[in-house]
Amino acid sequence: MSRRGGPAEVNAGSMADIAFLLLIFFLVTTTIETDAGLDRMLPPIEPPTEKPPVIKEKNIFTVNINRNGQLLVEEELIDIKKLRERAMAFLDNGGAPSGTPEYCSYCKGKRLSDSSDNPAKAIISLKNDRETKYSTYITVQNELVGAYNELRNREAQRLYRRDFTDMEAEYLNPETDASRKEDLKEKVKRIQELFPQKLSEAETGSTN
Amino acid sequence: MSKFAKKKDAGLPAVNTASLPDIVFMLLFFFMTVTVMKDSSLKVENTLPNASETKKLEKKDRVIYIYVGKPTSQYKAQFGEEARIQLNDKFSSPNEVGDYILSERAKKPQEIQNVLTTALKVDRNANMGLIADIKAQLRKVNALKVNYTTYDGDAFNNLQ
Repeated sequence: MSRRGGPAEVNAGSMADIAFLLLIFFLVTTTIETDAGLDRMLPPIEPPTEKPPVIKEKNIFTVNINRNGQLLVEEELIDIKKLRERAMAFLDNGGAPSGTPEYCSYCKGKRLSDSSDNPAKAIISLKNDRETKYSTYITVQNELVGAYNELRNREAQRLYRRDFTDMEAEYLNPETDASRKEDLKEKVKRIQELFPQKLSEAETGSTN
Repeated sequence: MSKFAKKKDAGLPAVNTASLPDIVFMLLFFFMTVTVMKDSSLKVENTLPNASETKKLEKKDRVIYIYVGKPTSQYKAQFGEEARIQLNDKFSSPNEVGDYILSERAKKPQEIQNVLTTALKVDRNANMGLIADIKAQLRKVNALKVNYTTYDGDAFNNLQ
């Protein structure tokens, strides 16, 4: 008996199966990835006529990585795990005596006279060999950035009761609205000025 | 009373699955929209190092990628065992990096040409010599903002 009640209904029972198949395909191929990494600025090429500024030896913190991944910090062989601590001690030293314009009021370091005068003056100089492994280099970079971040977090907690890294992440997030960004921008900038990141990288030396 | 007894005999009614396709389709569309197809296939080994102090790389249209690593097994015979640079889809020498950056920069809209970031996706076993060459090239074309792309993790895992 043929039905007269109109066209026959299409069986949609297998629709779910087809949809599942497509779903599983996209599930497998999807990589919801946001790349993350260490942000760095390279120094611009200086005009050759310009004389390099004179920097006091005590304001420079030298880090040398050799081809075997060993670390020479301030002419002393140290373990890479101690690097962050040493870098923080150097940056936070604040050796300039009170009363001088360079005096650092927020530093909590030991105020040694043979270490950095002021965080704004302190420079970390990183040098590596051409044969150094990239992963070692990243570890060192990570520790040095970590040292800055820890000190910045400390100051941000003191001034704004919030971590610097947290504030910066919100500031850089494109979803944050403009008025909040404006407010954060000032705070982030202020903290950055307290501990400016001065990380200089010399041209890599050839194998020694 | 007999009426109630009869009902018990009927058993549980089947669960209505008519809305199942709708739910599945919803999920499907979600994944279809968030999926990003890879635009270049990797020809080099690319196990990134770990780092903990990372920042996210927002706004993908403002990023230029450079891959560095040993050629994968199928390219080993042709390109050797040493770490190489991959730009777009082909192996390149360090002094081609500058031109590549300039040509990629020219493809971007005018207003973001000054805020581009160069993401260096470098294999953990690469040597710093090659990276130094790339950095020298980047300085030459004034592409100073770089991002050493890493996995999130403990940085000391790199040393093993």
